Amino acid sequence: MALDATATSVTSDPPHSRPARSAPWIETAFEWLTRSFAFFVFCILVGIVASLVLGSQLTLGKYGFSFIWSAEWNPVTEEFGALVPIYGTLVTSAIAMLIGVPVSFGIALFLTELSPSWLKRSLGTAIELLAAIPSIIYGMWGLFVFAPLFQAHAQPFLVSTFGGIPLVGQLFAGPPLGIGMLTAGLIMSIMVIPFISAVMRDVFEIVPPMLKESAYGLGATTWEVVWRVVLPYTKVGVVGGIMLGLGRALGETMAVTFVIGNAHRLSASLMAPGNSIASALANEFTEAVGDVYFSALIELGLILFLITTVVLALSKLLLMQLAKSEGVRA
Amino acid sequence: MSAVPHPAGTAGVVHAGNRLYRSRKRVNFMLLGISGLALAFGLFWLVWILGTLLYEGGTALARASLYYQMTPPPGSDGGLANAIVGSLLMVGAGTLLGTPVGILAGTYLAEYGRSGWLASATRFLNDVLLSAPSIVIGLFVYSVFVARVGHFSAWAGSLALALIVIPVIVRTTDDMLKLVPNSLREAAMALGAPVWKMITLVTYRAARTGIVTGILLAVARISGETAPLLFTALNNQFWSTNMDAPMSNLPVVIFQFAMSPYQDWHRLAWGGAALITIAVLVLNIFARALFRKTD
Repeated sequence: MALDATATSVTSDPPHSRPARSAPWIETAFEWLTRSFAFFVFCILVGIVASLVLGSQLTLGKYGFSFIWSAEWNPVTEEFGALVPIYGTLVTSAIAMLIGVPVSFGIALFLTELSPSWLKRSLGTAIELLAAIPSIIYGMWGLFVFAPLFQAHAQPFLVSTFGGIPLVGQLFAGPPLGIGMLTAGLIMSIMVIPFISAVMRDVFEIVPPMLKESAYGLGATTWEVVWRVVLPYTKVGVVGGIMLGLGRALGETMAVTFVIGNAHRLSASLMAPGNSIASALANEFTEAVGDVYFSALIELGLILFLITTVVLALSKLLLMQLAKSEGVRA
Repeated sequence: MSAVPHPAGTAGVVHAGNRLYRSRKRVNFMLLGISGLALAFGLFWLVWILGTLLYEGGTALARASLYYQMTPPPGSDGGLANAIVGSLLMVGAGTLLGTPVGILAGTYLAEYGRSGWLASATRFLNDVLLSAPSIVIGLFVYSVFVARVGHFSAWAGSLALALIVIPVIVRTTDDMLKLVPNSLREAAMALGAPVWKMITLVTYRAARTGIVTGILLAVARISGETAPLLFTALNNQFWSTNMDAPMSNLPVVIFQFAMSPYQDWHRLAWGGAALITIAVLVLNIFARALFRKTD
């Protein structure tokens, strides 16, 4: 009886309960609205891959995997292969990493261990501003300012120093043109520095002070603490940061387009002009004539997207692993 | 050190220890010095690039005709008015399209998706998308929009820019909402507020500056994007505010003019480059200052 009474009193008393639980459909609608947009974001990546696969069906069917290792690129006879742009992309990114990684490590080390705290923030911001400069500005500066100076002063020096050494000499053969894969790689190395050093700085800062202090207490120098304590502790995160920079470098378009020289030619010399996937797309896509040409360019885009996605996903996984293990240790 | 008297037996050991200590100190000093040089290396390029821009672009920026004349044919005088307006329109449209999507998706990740596969998968893919090559975004918009419609248009450009805006805003919204203390949410719930009211009236307000910072950074990011506009908005030599037609925009004009052999086009390109860089840097610094104030 008592149960019944309360039940009726609740249902028969709508004026009080209604404002509190006003229109429950808004509640569900809002949740579903946000969920559908999250699903939309989820679909973007899938959609990109799907549309690129569809767009490149013609060459995917015509060449299969041989597209990847064929160096042919002839729009007139409609023979296409991706080897030259893939090679250019990998070589320029390798140069960028070779210079960018040690420099970023130095910067992160300076900012976390050496910099006085009043300078830390402004120096960190200044380095991060390197990432804010649009890539077209790097390209333009590279073409008009850096390449001529590099051609006049650095390249003759490289040729005369390394040119005579067997094997290594191959890398520095040929006339100093200013533009080419080496210049593109150098400019890209400046562009990846802010990304890699920001990640390194972040992961260096999560090292528990107790660990570092123990090492200092045993008489270790700052360098020894960084090399033997901080770096082993943050190894996974550092590799994640390097992968992030690599992902950036592989997909870099405008800066490379300006200075790489856009030549569909395979050459061992780093100073020779070459082509990267992104710069081939930027230069040729709007001028492409014929379905096969289009399809070949879209397949280039697909290859670039797959490579960068794998690299970036690996980077993300490594950084997540570090965050997880940190959670366990803390 | 040698002045300290040692018992004869241990003198040799101490000496060796000193040598080791000194070499360790030397290595330490050298490598820390190199790390300082690395920082100087980074700053050197920043100063050099900005200096070049101000030097080369300064004179172009100071001329009023830059802001009201159209992009000229080679050999004649002109400005960048149509490109500036085109850039503003497309960046505006891209931001307006991308921001609501980004904020709502970010809300799901932070507020509803604490468990379940969708949130963690989306967060992961979004982080990949954040650094994905922007030229591929252009390619994507070309094949799903431009190729279907049959012509290049400013809408396609805005769409490509919106796709770059979305991951930036999803990430910042997610991060900023997660910083809001749970006690605020619990207080709202305890007062009987439904979840949607709790989110819109309490957590959004608490995270407002952070979300605005994210939007500003996204605008800064797309202002200088060139690659996605090459195949979508293309370029237009004339004044046009028709969003359904190709539209002039600063990055593509800079690309075209800088690659040309004409001196006066180069000068305009430097002017445009300086203009974009100043705008982007000011936006960045402003966003940082805004965010820092809330700390």
